[in-house]
Amino acid sequence: MEETPVLSLSQVSKAFGAVRAVREVSLELRAGEIHALAGENGAGKSTLVKILSGVHRPDSGRVLLDGRPVEFAGPADAQRAGVAVIYQEPTLFPDLSVMENIFMGRQPRARLGLDRRAMRAATAELFGRLGVHLDPGRPARGLSIADQQLVEIAKALSLRARVLVMDEPTAALSGQEAERLFGVAEALREQGAALLFISHRLEEIFRLCRRVTTLRDGALVAADLVADLTPDDLVRRMVGRELEALFPKQDTRAGAVALRVRRLTREGVFTDVSFEVRRGEIVALAGLVGAGRSEVARAVFGIDRWDAGSVEVDGRRLRPASPTAAMAAGLALVPEDRRQQGLVMDLSIERNVGLAGLAALRRGPLISRLAERERARDWAVRLRLKFARLSDPVGVLSGGNQQKVVLAKWLARGPSVLIVDEPTRGIDVGTKAEVHRLLSELAASGVAVLMISSELPEVLGMADRVLVMHEGRLVAELDRASATEESVMAAATGRSAA
Amino acid sequence: MKAAGPLAAAASAPARQGGARRLVDRVARVRELGIVAALAVLFGVTGAANPSFLSYGSIRDILLNSAIIALLAVGQTLVVVTRNVDLSVSSVVGLSAFGGALVLADRPGVPVPLVIAGCVLLGAACGAVNGLLVGVAGVPALVATLGTLYAFRGVDYAWAGGRQVNAADMPEGFLTLGTRSVLGVPLPALVALAVLLAVGWMLRNLRSGRELYAIGSSPEAAVLAGIRVRRRVLTAFVASGALAGLAGVMWAARFGTVDATVATGKELDVIAAVVVGGVAIFGGSGSVYGAALGALLLASITSALAVLRVDALAQTAVNGALLLAAIVLDRLLALRVAAALRRGRFRDDR
Repeated sequence: MEETPVLSLSQVSKAFGAVRAVREVSLELRAGEIHALAGENGAGKSTLVKILSGVHRPDSGRVLLDGRPVEFAGPADAQRAGVAVIYQEPTLFPDLSVMENIFMGRQPRARLGLDRRAMRAATAELFGRLGVHLDPGRPARGLSIADQQLVEIAKALSLRARVLVMDEPTAALSGQEAERLFGVAEALREQGAALLFISHRLEEIFRLCRRVTTLRDGALVAADLVADLTPDDLVRRMVGRELEALFPKQDTRAGAVALRVRRLTREGVFTDVSFEVRRGEIVALAGLVGAGRSEVARAVFGIDRWDAGSVEVDGRRLRPASPTAAMAAGLALVPEDRRQQGLVMDLSIERNVGLAGLAALRRGPLISRLAERERARDWAVRLRLKFARLSDPVGVLSGGNQQKVVLAKWLARGPSVLIVDEPTRGIDVGTKAEVHRLLSELAASGVAVLMISSELPEVLGMADRVLVMHEGRLVAELDRASATEESVMAAATGRSAA
Repeated sequence: MKAAGPLAAAASAPARQGGARRLVDRVARVRELGIVAALAVLFGVTGAANPSFLSYGSIRDILLNSAIIALLAVGQTLVVVTRNVDLSVSSVVGLSAFGGALVLADRPGVPVPLVIAGCVLLGAACGAVNGLLVGVAGVPALVATLGTLYAFRGVDYAWAGGRQVNAADMPEGFLTLGTRSVLGVPLPALVALAVLLAVGWMLRNLRSGRELYAIGSSPEAAVLAGIRVRRRVLTAFVASGALAGLAGVMWAARFGTVDATVATGKELDVIAAVVVGGVAIFGGSGSVYGAALGALLLASITSALAVLRVDALAQTAVNGALLLAAIVLDRLLALRVAAALRRGRFRDDR
């Protein structure tokens, strides 16, 4: 099996500003082999995928095709070289038909114009292989996440690529759909394609793959034959540190119920979600991407309407669809996407910290710059923010420090319920631990914390209770003792009866 | 779409399509049919009030008046489907009209076809400036083309230096192009129709045409799909500019009198026509046929209001109201389609 790899990376590095997403990673994809890429969220897997697919160019190191160095100028180059990618987030054209989504730029041509009949037939054939029941002519708008993912898979298959990269293709799929995908992947392997498979479900890696490369914090940890490993070995390679050190959850006594959500429903998004969060508690909301967790948070905070149910904060019912009412009641929401939703990137640190509590900074009709600066300075010290000047735009800070600014903005209001959505996504390990320490202290001081997280170690390490969502429903509630990687994943993928 | 297997789905392709698909099709068709219906109502009502509105001369005037805007609307659609906008078209028309007229007046030896080709090229060059600013330099289209709207007009003023070219200065053979009829249809309307059919076919049947829709539908996904987004956006602007250049010569031939202020403010009429015609202002959907029908509808309304002796000032308000109505209708249709697709999805899932 020691022939030349079809596609390989040699010592590639890639940085985004101060964040070194990938550091000197090497990877070899061989024909007729499925290779797994393992690592926690933020370990650099998706960046590596985007280097392979020509989206990012590495800062250093080389990409080799059949042993010869190549430079992909863009995704089109990579596609021509025979590299197809199924991205973690579906990237479809909502206005165009499903079949055009699959064949964009490669539509079959007739003598005059496009051969839509052939395109439809080819799409139907691909869908047949994947067991998808979708009309090839319908627009992509309105497809469920799972269906979108299946269309992405069909698109990648239609490329008849020599190299197929699959970035968490099964995250949104049902067990049956995933099985079919594995069947197709194995068939491709038999035909001599090289596959790179990324999944957070370890059993899939062990079932499907021959080799596994593990990343941690952007660096290569190990490259092994799967047969030589146990699942525990792989988890150790991925996590690589003692959980206790990273997740300093203090034991707290749960107090009165601060947030009570009853039978909350938003049609087509989530259904019948009920839970409570007590003061002093950290409750994690776990589940797969697209399960509806962030949507529940948005509805609770009043950004989106809900169709049925109620939300109470400290025993008082919340007016629906009003973030102002939610804030007045003591709710705070640290959103998932801090660059778009959490911060105004061009404004200074002090301005961003002041944004959510301008009323308190008012002197007469005007905002007091002095009070604003005082508040920012105070919170910068308390959160150990690393910055040059408070008047610098937040855009220049590292991801972790940006997240602290978002936290400061909300903590300055003294909330009774804090909702954090993916609080440590894309931030370095050191700052991660600080954010965890901070959440833990907040809970200890009597704040009710609802934490949405896709990182299982974070969920297991931080939460007093774990709520699990699957396809818009709350399917399990696990206490700290019974929450394990297996039990949470089983519920999140809809495999448990709970 | 019950448990249709792959074979069944392939075999039943034209005959039995999903309910969601049928509805979307119908709505898409209704969109253009809606304008046709509006035109029918307009002609019926106005014709009943004043039968002269339906006379050959009146309809010929409407076709002449809408031809130039329709041509510009076709070009504008190419840009708008990519989630951009070209505000500079009126200035390009002005520049091309004046340039063409000047050459015809001062250099009688230059053959007319060469002048027309030169004007189209001049327009394409202006479009290339827009395209480079938007597609390559990444300046938002609204700002870039607002800038060139002023810049091109400024060039026009500087070039003209207050001069006006009159019909008497231009060869007779050129001027008749603007008013001549073939089989009873004015030539400018035929040109606009030919361009409309050609561009409409290309948008539907060329890969590059489909890619314009893809870019407007999701720019990020277009990059990942390997579409050369910059090149395509540049091409769309060049095409829009070239059509504006052609519209400029048509303007000179039709009106005969040309100075540096030609077509000032017409960019808004063009965008109004595109929006009324059902082209989504955020890109990704809509057809050139709708845009051209939109231009025809707006021109017809202007004529009808004049025939009905409505105050000229109120006409502008009516056009504005129509535009708002078109946008509201678009939004309502989009919501209905989204709801239908959601229902369709649950059916697909069985």
